[in-house]
Amino acid sequence: MIYEEISTGSRTRRTLTGAARVLFELNVDGPLVVGLALIAVYGLIVLYSASGQNVDTIVRTVVRLGLGTIAMLVLARVNPNFLRRTTPWLYAIGIILLFIVAAVGHIGMGAQRWLNLGIVRFQPSELMKLAVPMMCAWYLHERALPPSFVSLTLLGALILVPVGLVAVQPDLGTAALIAIAGALVIVMAGLQVRIMAIFAALAGIGAWFGWSFMHDYQRKRVLTFLDPQTDPLGAGYHIIQSQIAIGSGGVFGKGWMNGSQAQLEFLPERSTDFIFAVIGEEFGLLGLGLLLLLYMFVVGRSIFLAMQTQDTFARLLAGSLALTFFVYVFINAGMVTGLLPVVGVPLPLVSYGGTSVVTLLAGFGILMALYSHRKLVSS
Amino acid sequence: MPAGRIKDHWGEQRLFEMRALVAGTLMVLLTFTLLGRLFLLQVVHHEYYADLSQGNRVRTEPIPAARGLILDRNSEVIAGNQPAYQLELVPEEVPDLRGTLKALVALELIRAEDVDELMRTIKSRRTFDSVPIRLRMSDEDVARFAVRRFEFPGLDIKTRQTRFYPSAGLAVHALGYVGAISETDLERIDRAAYAGTTLIGKLGVESAYEPQLHGTNGFRELLVNAQGRSVERQGAFIPNLRTKAPASGDDVLLSIDLKVQRVAETALAGHRGAVVALDPNTGDVIALVSLPGFDPNMFGRGITAAEYSVLRDDVDKPLLNRAMRGTYPPGSTVKPVIALAALTYHMVDPEQRKYCAGSFHLPGSAHMFREYHNEHHGYVDLDDAIVRSCDVYFYGLANTIGVDRISTFMAPFGFGKPTGIDISGERPGLLPSRAWKAKAFTRAADQMWFPGETVNFGIGQGYLNVTPLQLAHYAGIMATRGKVWKPRLIAGLRDPQTGEIHRLPPVSGGDVTGVTPEDWARVVHGMIGVTTHGTAAAIGAKAPYPFAGKTGTAQVFTVAQNDRYNAKKLDERLRDHSWFIAFAPADAPRIAVAVIQENGGAGASAAAPIARKVLDAYLLGPDGKLKPAEAATQTFHDQPAPRAPEKIAQPLAPEATTQVPAPGTTTQPSAPDSTAQPPAVPPAEKPASTAVPPVPQVRSTSARQKQAA
Repeated sequence: MIYEEISTGSRTRRTLTGAARVLFELNVDGPLVVGLALIAVYGLIVLYSASGQNVDTIVRTVVRLGLGTIAMLVLARVNPNFLRRTTPWLYAIGIILLFIVAAVGHIGMGAQRWLNLGIVRFQPSELMKLAVPMMCAWYLHERALPPSFVSLTLLGALILVPVGLVAVQPDLGTAALIAIAGALVIVMAGLQVRIMAIFAALAGIGAWFGWSFMHDYQRKRVLTFLDPQTDPLGAGYHIIQSQIAIGSGGVFGKGWMNGSQAQLEFLPERSTDFIFAVIGEEFGLLGLGLLLLLYMFVVGRSIFLAMQTQDTFARLLAGSLALTFFVYVFINAGMVTGLLPVVGVPLPLVSYGGTSVVTLLAGFGILMALYSHRKLVSS
Repeated sequence: MPAGRIKDHWGEQRLFEMRALVAGTLMVLLTFTLLGRLFLLQVVHHEYYADLSQGNRVRTEPIPAARGLILDRNSEVIAGNQPAYQLELVPEEVPDLRGTLKALVALELIRAEDVDELMRTIKSRRTFDSVPIRLRMSDEDVARFAVRRFEFPGLDIKTRQTRFYPSAGLAVHALGYVGAISETDLERIDRAAYAGTTLIGKLGVESAYEPQLHGTNGFRELLVNAQGRSVERQGAFIPNLRTKAPASGDDVLLSIDLKVQRVAETALAGHRGAVVALDPNTGDVIALVSLPGFDPNMFGRGITAAEYSVLRDDVDKPLLNRAMRGTYPPGSTVKPVIALAALTYHMVDPEQRKYCAGSFHLPGSAHMFREYHNEHHGYVDLDDAIVRSCDVYFYGLANTIGVDRISTFMAPFGFGKPTGIDISGERPGLLPSRAWKAKAFTRAADQMWFPGETVNFGIGQGYLNVTPLQLAHYAGIMATRGKVWKPRLIAGLRDPQTGEIHRLPPVSGGDVTGVTPEDWARVVHGMIGVTTHGTAAAIGAKAPYPFAGKTGTAQVFTVAQNDRYNAKKLDERLRDHSWFIAFAPADAPRIAVAVIQENGGAGASAAAPIARKVLDAYLLGPDGKLKPAEAATQTFHDQPAPRAPEKIAQPLAPEATTQVPAPGTTTQPSAPDSTAQPPAVPPAEKPASTAVPPVPQVRSTSARQKQAA
């Protein structure tokens, strides 16, 4: 009996050890990959239902996941020192592309966000989601922390230029995410609490200032967030229908492909920004709880990996990537459940569409590279 | 790079770890906030959102019930249903209502002048109910809409049952019509019960029996998507939806005989007028004609404003139901009831012959009451006076009886009040009396009743006004010797599912009492005389059954005192109205009829031939012989019945005591005959009584007894 136990145990251990060796060779973190894979599979199951059983959507998403995985595997093998050295170039290219988009951007989704590269339509703002935190980490890498006032000013400029360019596209959601990714680097670098307080005050003023520059539809989103019932058929429709979807799902949900809100198209953008509500409707509180658990695992593991890295660039970038991922989840879930205003932020790895999946997995590739190459890092 | 600061790798590591710890804690807190929110939505308020979600996906679509048919007494369909295309609009699915309607105007599917009315109608309906905006579309209309359909969200062509009247305008004034549900209709119906119903009864039988004809609408639950489109399933799941089948409305069985109706309409065609025929034994209306009429199908398919104004502004007033709403002086047709009044009040000796010199003067007055066409009848008794329609005789008779007695006596015959027919819109006409005049006029000089007005009353002129229905009703009462049945168009209802017929019993209207059988017989004898050797002898000739009638001529234009009435010289519309009332067979009446032809001249020439055709159509079989009577028909024998104790007609009681016989008449109040009093009133009270006046008597009891024997 004891023998048997050991025997099965050893067989399992051998398999795991084999897999771990493969993963190690690939410079990939096993638990993180498993967490990401579980989320992606969960996402595909939900997407099949949310897209109205559209196989085409699934195929395209699988292709994007494949591309993202390739990007992750490639970036995981890149030496962080090389990555660090190329960061300014990456950032510069991103800025140039954003200017090009602003100038001759292709009109897609009612806003100028795309750059048509012939075969692929490319969103430079996606690149900036990685390039901006990388640039901030690169800048702080050689400097003493917490950052000085001069550094903060410079960092502010490094962040605000791309953020401004994205915001005028106009893509407020992505602009906010880029700003958050950059800001999180600075926060993790040990930004003093009093400076944070000052920035919070400045943000308040900025919000008031920004209000006067907002497009009408953006203002409407803010107003409808404050009271969705004021415009039940217009701007408030999204949030009301998504709350109906989640609320009617109850604890156990209506069952896969059985959510009337989603299936009968009452829920707008059901396969993209509002897919969280589809999960809530079809799989209930348990389904959402499971999803949040998976996300927390991925974020927790990422933070753990970030803490294991040994130089400033790696630490700050990895920390920022991990926290940004959480911010994505929280903003999307908060928006769909009515805690936050409706901003166009997709649910990471689950929402359909765009290059965001590739960017996300690329980010995790970088994070794994920073971790797996830690012994090679020289300061 | 700031000088003097060296990177502290260990310190930075600790700082980062500290921050990561704080961030981690923060993330856990935020996640719990999120879970709290989810708990609120999915557990606490689950029921609320589940209801909302159910309301989102399930739409209840009404299934209109088939409207009941309307059939005549021979089960011929007068009003049926026909499938037709109609354009329907769901208000909540139309983004720009006025713009959409304007676009439909451009497509010539609706008319510009109807847009405002349609807007009001649409706004008054529930936003998710389908509102018909154009009924009875032609194939061409359907095609014209179909190619542009994508431009009109919320609009759809539906096939619906609509009302169809196969005989077009036949009996339209009895039948009424159906039309689109208007705002005013919505105020009196249960909107939920009418969801899905397009048409509602507007007049006549269609309106009076609307609840029975309408039936009960059913419904069907549909699974709909966010665009409101019906879908088969949701995802992989086919939901369980409820359906309730509609229950068709009851078929209404009319008492009308369309064969007789057709004959009557054909006979009157080309003229303005009315014919009402009824079964005096039940009150069943056999024919109800008012000409000119109109085609009720126009309303069912959606009448245009132009069409409607043509109908409304026509000088011949086709929309007016003359049979029930046209009021005319009855002319000489009232003479039988005046005679009956005189006999009942014992104020005439029917055998006594009076001289008719062609005119009548009230004592002390120069005003001349003339005979029609200035005839001279010479010596006439009561029978002759009815047969030859002697005005002078009845001038005197009316003067003798007095207005209030005539009025009181005539009331139970249905004058001056609605007959109680089972469709609405009937007018009461006018039965004048002193009390009425005192109330009707404001100036003191007008409030007084003049003796001359009583004289005119005797030949049915002056204030007295009747509808053709009232006269037919009155003819029926004469036919049955006092039996009063409320006229009715609806004889029964039929359940369309089971075929079970629910017959409605005839409704009594309170019989005329107090008239002796021999008095009835005497007057009826006079009316038979009218058709054998009297004013209507020409049309009564060779009738295979005995029938009673009375001609009448109602003045439209007052001839000056020294002038003569000359029909040819008068404008057509100022000519006299021609009346004829009749019932047949005289000994066992099965039908009573009243005919008026407006501006037709004398009763005998215009109205009487029409009445004869109606009687023939109803009574004669295909062989030209009298059809055997149905079992229910009552038989009367016009031999004077054995003399019964005399009894004053019940309605005499309220007669005013102030009644004084007109000055100069030969009548004198005699001692009240105790047998002639209502038993309830003791003789001692009579002189002071306000209830019962002394009854003047011209005849001696012995004379009556002699005659009765």
